[in-house]
Amino acid sequence: MSIVTVQLGQCGNQIGREVFNAICSDVHGMHGLCSKKENESYHDACKERFFSEEEAEVPVARAVLIDMEPKVISQTLSIAARSGCWRYDDRSHFSQKQGSGNNWANGYSVHGPRHREVIMNLVQTEAEKCDRLGGFFTIMSMAGGTGSGLGAFVTQCLRDAFPTSFILNHVIWPYGTGEVIVQNYNSVLTLSHLYQSSDALLVHENDVIHKICAQLMNIKQISFRDVNQVIAHQLGSVFQPTYTAGSGSHYSRNPLGDLMETLVPHPEFKMLGLRNIPQMPENSLAYSTFSWPGLIKHLRQMLIANAKMEEGIDWQVRPPRLDSSTPPSHSTNKPLHFNTSIANLVILRGKDTHSVDLGSFQDPSLYTSWLNPQDAFNAWKTPRAFNKYEKSASLVSNSQFLLKPLDSVVGKAWNMFASKAYIHQYTKFGIEEEDFLDSFTALEQVISSYTSL
Amino acid sequence: MTQSVVVQVGQCGNQVGCRFWDLALREHAAVNKKGIYDEALSSFFRNIDTRSGDDGPDIYKGKICSLKARALLIDMEEGVVNEILQGPLRDVFDSKQLITDVSGSGNNWAVGHKLYGCQYRENIVEKLRKTAEHCDCLQCFFIIHSMGGGTGSGLGTFVLNLLEDEFPEVYRFVTAVYPSGEDDVITSPYNSVLAMKELNEHADCVLPIENESLFDIVNKIHQMINSGKLGSIVKQNSLVTSSASSAKTVQEKPFDAMNNIVANLLLNLTSSARFEGSLNMDLNEISMNLVPFPRLHYLVSSLTPLYTLADVNVPSRRLDQMFSDAFSRDHQLIQADPKHSLYLACALLVRGNVQVSDLRRNIERLKPSLHFVSWNQEGWKTGLCSVPPVGHSHSLLALANNTCVKPTFIELKDRFMKLYKKKAHLHHYLHIDGMEQSCFSEAISSLSDLIEEYNELDATKGGPRTDPSRLKIAV
Repeated sequence: MSIVTVQLGQCGNQIGREVFNAICSDVHGMHGLCSKKENESYHDACKERFFSEEEAEVPVARAVLIDMEPKVISQTLSIAARSGCWRYDDRSHFSQKQGSGNNWANGYSVHGPRHREVIMNLVQTEAEKCDRLGGFFTIMSMAGGTGSGLGAFVTQCLRDAFPTSFILNHVIWPYGTGEVIVQNYNSVLTLSHLYQSSDALLVHENDVIHKICAQLMNIKQISFRDVNQVIAHQLGSVFQPTYTAGSGSHYSRNPLGDLMETLVPHPEFKMLGLRNIPQMPENSLAYSTFSWPGLIKHLRQMLIANAKMEEGIDWQVRPPRLDSSTPPSHSTNKPLHFNTSIANLVILRGKDTHSVDLGSFQDPSLYTSWLNPQDAFNAWKTPRAFNKYEKSASLVSNSQFLLKPLDSVVGKAWNMFASKAYIHQYTKFGIEEEDFLDSFTALEQVISSYTSL
Repeated sequence: MTQSVVVQVGQCGNQVGCRFWDLALREHAAVNKKGIYDEALSSFFRNIDTRSGDDGPDIYKGKICSLKARALLIDMEEGVVNEILQGPLRDVFDSKQLITDVSGSGNNWAVGHKLYGCQYRENIVEKLRKTAEHCDCLQCFFIIHSMGGGTGSGLGTFVLNLLEDEFPEVYRFVTAVYPSGEDDVITSPYNSVLAMKELNEHADCVLPIENESLFDIVNKIHQMINSGKLGSIVKQNSLVTSSASSAKTVQEKPFDAMNNIVANLLLNLTSSARFEGSLNMDLNEISMNLVPFPRLHYLVSSLTPLYTLADVNVPSRRLDQMFSDAFSRDHQLIQADPKHSLYLACALLVRGNVQVSDLRRNIERLKPSLHFVSWNQEGWKTGLCSVPPVGHSHSLLALANNTCVKPTFIELKDRFMKLYKKKAHLHHYLHIDGMEQSCFSEAISSLSDLIEEYNELDATKGGPRTDPSRLKIAV
């Protein structure tokens, strides 16, 4: 089954390009570390998922590029074409002239309805190219106007037009100290609207990735390109082909569906965080070796202590002890920093994955009591190494990972809303104070739900 | 890609405007090596096929044939505009873009606004429409004028009104040059305050400029060049005050250096809209992020660096120095000290080889020393444009919505009241058709209200922060 990627706004398009780059270079790389047959299987599965076959040319990404101003899309198209190993479909993009001015209302209420037909036609065309449509993957930032506002509108349209397809929104959380002054308003409006139409929100925080670039990748002058490449690597590590428990001896064909099934048991809980280890500069790779027990131990502690990367993990945090006398619901004596999970998914790639012991992730004390621990935890594996890492492990988690960032964004937005600053810019385009209040209410609800896990 | 139109009104407006077109051509020439008419050029220039005469059709793609500025030049006396038309820029403008008269406005806002406004209204509207028709997607009008005179101030604000009526969807950015205390035009306070009312009500964003600040910057640069510090050679064409022609055959006119600074301001403001970058910042984003309340749209600007030394190496210390300078009082284009006043919002537009980590590092470093309003503690808007200005490897434009504009307005009000109390020179204004005493009282009350709004914000500075309580959800 194939995934159609919808790249929205400057951020969405810049990241999308890096994602396809990462996927392509992984597939063509010589470091599969597995049999030729395995490699071919992987290659085919990946192809089907992300690219459509045009006769005897470079593969064409299954993507729709949308932006309200032309510069980024034209740059994206030309960089992809110059890569020589993949490209975008020349007709599969839509842009306008003026941009959205960082105004969510402009993206949602003006550009959305105005260009709905054209955009949905492009999506329909891509969807029809797929033998079987596995769902939609949208990439957007929350801070600006197009990715956020138009992105929320397009997600709604996707839901209306494809009611039974899976929709996964990849959302970029902006730097805490401003890229855009009204970013908190835009974020609140985006998240509350996406929550209604999307199946799950997979979040990357710029601050976190920036730290990874600085401390793990040792990059001195970090550019957005560096940040985007790390994000692309992490996404690739989740969406490249794997074997799931139910797929038997074939690569699983329904990644989005599988993801939703394992991680989103309840519509109130849709926020997914992503961790990937190890992360290091490419030229150090040759000199490093890792053991699976070591990687798994680190990953588990990252989950429990809500660490953003494999350095600086707080090893003091422990899961609460579940006595037999404690009733299974709300244990009030939970240690404060402990990150409770609803469900977790671990993805292992590379050498000796079949022998890895993941028992520590099935510990019931990590989870809420709603699901059986066997259902709350899943693992996908492949012996085929990813992107030159001999062993790599990723964690996609529906847990309290994003509770603090969410609370912080809502708090700041509320603070600004109380003084009515900038509201006139939104009412100008039809988003009224009531709409803001609705969004705040919806998100406070989500915060409350995740807090009481 | 969008287009912008420059409307230059009065002597000051036209002189600054002239510098702008000169430097814009130089900037595009440096970037556009192949002579192809590209989208970046089209934001300010049309490309005309002049083989069939001056009125040829627009060429939208391909080689540059003849570039024409998207501009309207308005002046009620002919001297300045004629000089432009005889100078090196004569081919960039054509006669259809000019509106001139003979006798000037006599430093009288009423003459500019009411008399000439009425007289030339249709002519102006028609020419604006023509210019707009040549634009595929018109985003912004840049109006340049001085506040203290008659034409720029009066007719300039009349045009501002007109633009709001005729093109309500297009942004109006005003670059207004405020008179200094020692201004030799006695009635400049009247003209300025009358114009302020119009700016309050009809402009989207105003960039106030004061001659004193420009003068200080020019002096600073001269000192730097003449001090001949050990081994430091300044690249001539990198001076924020330099003109496009590096061969100084003609003596530069006295205000040229100062006007070049303002021209550079406009170039940097629009750079991210014209050229690519990893984090674009368009003009509508500037208005969106920097104007939290409709009337508080006065933005204090600063440009750094003022010059580049000839050595190519850019250690990050120098980069950091650039950021620090942007917040120092002697780099601001008005007499103000933003560091000691309250920030409502701040935008940093960086050009050249600067990455997001440099930006973050400097914001983190400078934040503690700046005061931000309680509801916008992290009020930063940032943009990264890959193309640096000519002669530099990187540059920074800082725009601040800051209460430090208040002293400028208070001073203006004081000077106005000094004259008004004695009814000095009022008769020159009142005998113009359409002018009444109420125009004056409304204008001063508009200014007072604005000052009061800034006062209220200042009162919150440094006070205890109580965040409003959040919504409670029933569990």
